[in-house]
Amino acid sequence: MLALDRVSKIYPNGVEALARFSAEIRQGEIIAIIGGSGCGKSTLLRAIAGLDRASSGTVTLDDEAITSPHAKIGIIFQEPRLLPWLSVADNIGFGLADLPAAERREKVARALERVGLADKAQAWPRELSGGQAQRVAIARSLVPQPEVLLLDEPFSALDAFTRRDLQDHLLDLWADTRPTLILVTHDVDEAVVLADRVLVMRPRPGRLFDQIEINLGRPRDRNAPLFENFKRSVLTSLDRSLDRNVPDRDATQGPGQAMWW
Amino acid sequence: MTSDAPVLQQTLEPAESTAAPSRAAHYARPLLGILLPLTLALGWELVVWSGWSNGRLVPPPSRVFATIADLARSGELIRHVAATLWRVGLGFAFGVVAGTVLGAISGYWSLARRLLDPTVQALRAIPSLAWVPLFILWLGIFETSKIALIAVGVFFPVYLGVMGAILSVDRKIVEVGRTFRLSGFAMIRRILLPAVLPAYVVSLRVGLGLGWMFVVAAELIGASEGLGYLLLDGQQLGKPAQILAAIVIFAILGKLTDWLIEIAAAPFLRWQDAFSRARGA
Repeated sequence: MLALDRVSKIYPNGVEALARFSAEIRQGEIIAIIGGSGCGKSTLLRAIAGLDRASSGTVTLDDEAITSPHAKIGIIFQEPRLLPWLSVADNIGFGLADLPAAERREKVARALERVGLADKAQAWPRELSGGQAQRVAIARSLVPQPEVLLLDEPFSALDAFTRRDLQDHLLDLWADTRPTLILVTHDVDEAVVLADRVLVMRPRPGRLFDQIEINLGRPRDRNAPLFENFKRSVLTSLDRSLDRNVPDRDATQGPGQAMWW
Repeated sequence: MTSDAPVLQQTLEPAESTAAPSRAAHYARPLLGILLPLTLALGWELVVWSGWSNGRLVPPPSRVFATIADLARSGELIRHVAATLWRVGLGFAFGVVAGTVLGAISGYWSLARRLLDPTVQALRAIPSLAWVPLFILWLGIFETSKIALIAVGVFFPVYLGVMGAILSVDRKIVEVGRTFRLSGFAMIRRILLPAVLPAYVVSLRVGLGLGWMFVVAAELIGASEGLGYLLLDGQQLGKPAQILAAIVIFAILGKLTDWLIEIAAAPFLRWQDAFSRARGA
């Protein structure tokens, strides 16, 4: 379980990016974090990844405090961030340097197969399309089998069709080992398609505003009326989060509090 | 020359429209570059041959090559070339080592950069030839002062290149290294070195170019052998063919050594190469 306990971040210039964010995330759960700009989504994700340290509060994974990048936590950024001097296969195997070569090759080959890029193994990252590159990035972070995978607006730079394709693909890959997924997004559609639970944040300072359970089976039909209902409730919550007249609620209780309107 | 223009277009177009240029176009490309100097040389040869000019101050190519052949036959050429190559090689080696080490330190540690860089930049502002009298006083008029001068010339572009390359490594790529928990040596080997390499190779080539420039300066000042000595000797004895011969050999050696760096670096920069090839360049 991933536990966030009153995580706060104040930048050296005095900006309070994140204020007392608490949440408990079960192993294998898919969480979407959504909110207006400047609500501290990325700050939160970087704190969980151990890339930045929280000013106060703790992030713990299975009772282990996270203060620096951890083997059990992987991250996918908005850009693929592939290493241009490594072939696609070597990029995917980047996190497996400690394994014997044969084992590494085998894992990389399987991952390439899994993301449908087996024929691109020896290609350079420059030769890939945006969607292909992001698939390589997903494979690269999944190959070491992390318990938690963080995704920072991973599909926002892609066209709508490729984005849908990759969302489905991500769920498919997730089903293999069922890591915890924490996805920062500003696409309501994406949040409802993927997540078990949507956390809505509100800005200045960034804090948790609301959480909405998405009680829908998978695979989800984007055109089902129930799907539309969930989308609407996330949108309503988002709107309220940006309305200064709506007071903060204590949204830190567990699930079950979701459909409060 | 006008009649050549259509030929030029014909050889270029198929090469750029397809990924694999035809064999003829592949070989025609370097030949195109030789066309201009070759035409000029032949033209001048013709002018002198037909008697329009006596070619005393600007000897025709045939006389320049005859001079080179004479020098080669007497063994002089090898002696001068070896002396110059030795100086450039040693000076280049010292300059590259110093430039790489200090450049890497300045690029990696901001404290060292604040401490070191202003001094280096101030030294860089001094025209390097201004060091000559001091070097001669300190190191004598023989090899040491020459090699030191060449090393100074090579040092600055390499230092700047390494420091700049390290400073401009994409922070986002470094972050990828951090998420995979690379630290210290592994980060340098797996992220920084490959990221810096293209710019480093460029700075080596610039440094080598300056090394060739400074070897001439060093040899003009006082030497009894070397290509620079050939230049000076040709001037004092009024032998323009010998000067031109030395210049031609400088050009050949400069191009050759530059090409060696390119060849040596090519296997490590294939990922860049693939990009330019994909665009048909």
